[in-house]
Amino acid sequence: MVVNRHAEAVAPVRSSGPVSIWATRHVSTAIGSLGRLVRQPFSSLMIILVIAVTLALPAAISLVVKNVRSVSSSWDNALDFSVFLKQELPLGEAEELARLIGQRADVDTVELISADDALAEFKQQSGFAEALDQLSDNPLPHALVVRPGPGNTSASLVLLQEEITNLPETEHVQVDTEWVRRFHAILDIVRQAIAIGAALLGVAIIVIIGNTIRLDIENRRDEIEVTKLIGATNAFVRRPFLWTGFWYGLLGGLMALALVYSGLYMLDGPVARLAGLYQSNIAIASLSLAEGGAIIGVGIFLGLSGSWLTAARHMRRIEPR
Amino acid sequence: MIRLENVTKRYPGGQEALSGLDLSVDKGEMVFVTGHSGAGKSTLLRLIALIERPTGGQVIVDNQNTSRVKRRKIPAYRRQIGMVFQDHKLLYDRPVFDNVALPLVIAGVSRRDAGRRVRAALDQVGLLHKEKQNPETLSAGELQRVGIARAIVTRPKLLIADEPTGNLDPDLSLEVMRIFRRFNEVGVTLLIASHDISLIDRLGCRRIPLEEGRLQQEDEPW
Repeated sequence: MVVNRHAEAVAPVRSSGPVSIWATRHVSTAIGSLGRLVRQPFSSLMIILVIAVTLALPAAISLVVKNVRSVSSSWDNALDFSVFLKQELPLGEAEELARLIGQRADVDTVELISADDALAEFKQQSGFAEALDQLSDNPLPHALVVRPGPGNTSASLVLLQEEITNLPETEHVQVDTEWVRRFHAILDIVRQAIAIGAALLGVAIIVIIGNTIRLDIENRRDEIEVTKLIGATNAFVRRPFLWTGFWYGLLGGLMALALVYSGLYMLDGPVARLAGLYQSNIAIASLSLAEGGAIIGVGIFLGLSGSWLTAARHMRRIEPR
Repeated sequence: MIRLENVTKRYPGGQEALSGLDLSVDKGEMVFVTGHSGAGKSTLLRLIALIERPTGGQVIVDNQNTSRVKRRKIPAYRRQIGMVFQDHKLLYDRPVFDNVALPLVIAGVSRRDAGRRVRAALDQVGLLHKEKQNPETLSAGELQRVGIARAIVTRPKLLIADEPTGNLDPDLSLEVMRIFRRFNEVGVTLLIASHDISLIDRLGCRRIPLEEGRLQQEDEPW
């Protein structure tokens, strides 16, 4: 037995094939790095949580924007025009006009609100009934509510609006949807702001991971020196730290997804109730598979960047003394 | 195996550790570098291990001129040499087995081959039964033997040792030297820095005495 062992020891070192060496080393280093994280569960969890919150924040806000956008885009189709007619126009002519406009191909429906109806409604809703009773004349004109047909483009809507405005009976056309366009512009700004904020938070993640890895490297300085002394390359001593960064990024990304999904789960009930009130079937748009994958991918990318930037710099500096 | 030609090592501040040193060690020799602390023994070994580079002269190891070894190639160069340190430089966060296996892991030896080699190396230093223990639980002599097992696990042709018995009592020192002797018998070249003259005399090996960075003139012929 002893003789046999001796023969083993004398045989020259035979390495396996380069690819299998590479794979074996990476698998065992990856497991080793994960083991280190598991052995310090509290501090690992803190860092993963910080990364998760930092990733989840922009993801959640952009999900809100995405939902608001999908709800508000349905308003685009309901671009009702309020057409206020000239004060002196008699009711019969107003009815005739309503009929004519209603025959247009690009118009869905036209509703006539007579001056009397408008006043009655105004009295009821405004609470100025007594004050309004003092008036001798009805100050309100007849009005048409024109709902364009669904086949309209935004250009044809502008054309329709212009044509109605140019009618001799028309006093004033009010487009109720101006605010929708402004609202969309605001959403665009919010989205832009999220992108900027997300970039800054990404830098923060790189710094956090870099700093964690730096402490880790300082703690294992002796080990790095010794391994270099017995022939380890920079790549070899760097590898476990890169894997640590990878794990932080991956676990942070997964936890960010968990945070977003639990947020969606908590909002599910209230949104269903709101949808019930509006008698519509609004459902929250969740993260698509690609978006979920992107969160994890960004997490891994940031984890690797942070650890690589730090490890590359420190590994060259630590040399055996 | 080792040849130094007119080697000078000067540290910043003008202090000269080695001054125009010439020496050579043949293949299969077991040679001791002796001298007081500060004589340049450690510096000599550090130049051979490429931890430092000489200020002047040539260091040739196994037909490689170390001044031509590029920074990037230093790890591969070091893997050819077994190194034993006075403070053994073991890693305390892992068991004996993993410590000895480290050079094989670095060299990319498969796990199965590594296991056989590690056990063979531990067997040679008489510590096979301690492979699962943590270095903290071992005695000074055992730690040094683990350090030696790690140095020889890759079967290097050259082994250098800096004061390997510096922390050991005479009995343990002799035991360590006997282990070295056995490696020498199977063809390993050894260069050992030591100031333990009485021990070296008992082994009857060649000595390279250093004094203030130069070869000390001795009466006895080599």
